[in-house]
Amino acid sequence: MAIAEWLQKLKVGELSARELVDQQLARIKSVDNELNAYVQVTAERARKDADRIDKARLAGESLPPLAGVPLAIKDNLCTKGIRTTCSSKMLENFVPPYESTVTQRLWQAGGILIGKTNLDEFAMGSSTETSAFGATSNPWDLSKVPGGSSGGSAAAVAAGECMASLGSDTGGSIRQPASFCGVVGLKPTYGRVSRYGLVAFASSLDQVGPFANNVADTAELLKVIAGFDPLDSTSLKVPVPDYSATLNDSIKGLRIGIIKECFDQIGLDAEVKDSVLSAANHLQSLGAELVDITCPRFNDGIATYYVIAPSEASANLARYDGVKYGFRSANTQSLSEMTALTRSEGFGSEVQRRILIGTYALSAGYVDAYYKKAQQVRTLIRRDFDNAFNQVDVLLTPTSPTTAFTSGAHENDPLGMYLADLLTIPANLAGLPAISLPCGFDQNGLPIGLQLMANVLDEARLLQVAHQYESTAEVMKARPNTAELVP
Amino acid sequence: MSQITPEDVRKVAKLARLELQEEKITTYTSQLEKILAYVAHLEKVDTEGIPPTTRAVEVVNVMREDTAIGTDVREEIINQAPHREDSFYRVPKIL
Repeated sequence: MAIAEWLQKLKVGELSARELVDQQLARIKSVDNELNAYVQVTAERARKDADRIDKARLAGESLPPLAGVPLAIKDNLCTKGIRTTCSSKMLENFVPPYESTVTQRLWQAGGILIGKTNLDEFAMGSSTETSAFGATSNPWDLSKVPGGSSGGSAAAVAAGECMASLGSDTGGSIRQPASFCGVVGLKPTYGRVSRYGLVAFASSLDQVGPFANNVADTAELLKVIAGFDPLDSTSLKVPVPDYSATLNDSIKGLRIGIIKECFDQIGLDAEVKDSVLSAANHLQSLGAELVDITCPRFNDGIATYYVIAPSEASANLARYDGVKYGFRSANTQSLSEMTALTRSEGFGSEVQRRILIGTYALSAGYVDAYYKKAQQVRTLIRRDFDNAFNQVDVLLTPTSPTTAFTSGAHENDPLGMYLADLLTIPANLAGLPAISLPCGFDQNGLPIGLQLMANVLDEARLLQVAHQYESTAEVMKARPNTAELVP
Repeated sequence: MSQITPEDVRKVAKLARLELQEEKITTYTSQLEKILAYVAHLEKVDTEGIPPTTRAVEVVNVMREDTAIGTDVREEIINQAPHREDSFYRVPKIL
């Protein structure tokens, strides 16, 4: 059910907020043992919030834009009084004394928290397998990963365990799971959405964004969470457009760039390539103009990212020392022993690996060769995009080189896992908004994702093109009948 | 950029305040070796005279009024501590 459809039902009294919440909780109960999309379900609070919405409606009060919409929140966004774990042993019992700005805005808009979703530990990973609380499965095929790091938020939307959700995206952590789970996921421009209350991973790249079943719902959520926040000094002081108002505008004459380097990849699956290129042709049939674009440094994104992100992470994660909050190793004899054992026992392998890479890259004698070099290449990647946006309005690529991979496929091969982020990372490095939406299915019935990128703060354009595609290509009508837990 | 040895990993682990078992040192050494060898591709990119990008979208000098805001969350914050004593954090001996 789309948000607009739900609001109509609520308005005319066809379905109450309480009934909807109860339906969602029942759905979670029936599928989440297998899926493990949720770290925590906030049933009691959800019912109370729903009752409040129903009461307001009966009293004739005007309803806010997300009234009664059941939402799932990635468990690296702080929720006051509600455990926020980052799917890590380190924060297993952490109860934030404050609320993140994005969630605050959702609750003010009438949204209902239904639960906190699973992620790769501290958002580091592409499969939601590194969670300290067990992996999440892909609802289309339980033997596959849902993508990551926001795998729980993507799977919950795909499996009908919530109406929409929030994730965070540092190198593709919203778009890649959206692609793997056949839902829409948007990473806004860096600074478009407040990061206050988002547990920091790589501060120059992190951005919060929505997941939904369709583009219109994605636009509704973005409208609520976007905008300046005095509590985040990187948030941009610019007005928020009405993203829903331009969804139906024609894309006739719009220039869409096809990045050559993305389609020349050796690892790019042939079915993915065909599906994404036929999506491009579809957009052309709607009146858009396709333009070949070259971004020579695009493929240096991964190497750049795997210096910058771990470096920033190693600094951000230095705070977990067992003193002020979170896990502390028991029975230690000195402060230094306590700190070291706390971090060794509290962090899982992927987090430790990234801390080691980052610490190495920032250590004396290496900082210029790694960190500064990566920052310079980052400039070149950004310049490629600047050139591209002189020629086109939107860029089009696959979201991921493959469809969802099998659980455990990269267990002893972290580099292999990292390489899968090739197509999503450049947008983070350049701070650009990017969206992933379903554009087809492979022969095993797994969804394929199309990525669109736009210039800084041009989310409205992304949503417009995505909506035009979605409403005319009708991808979900051709969906195979093999899905395990997709309703 | 150079070869990674177990000794390097031990040194970096110490800097990062991680206490690692020998077995993990061995695993991380070979993994870091591969990852850093991949990252070394960047050496080939000509960055002569290119300024570094430190953040995706530039924001400079964000100022606000220096006004006091009443917050009374001291108890909530100290209560997060694994060990507290009165209004202090309790830790093992420092030296």
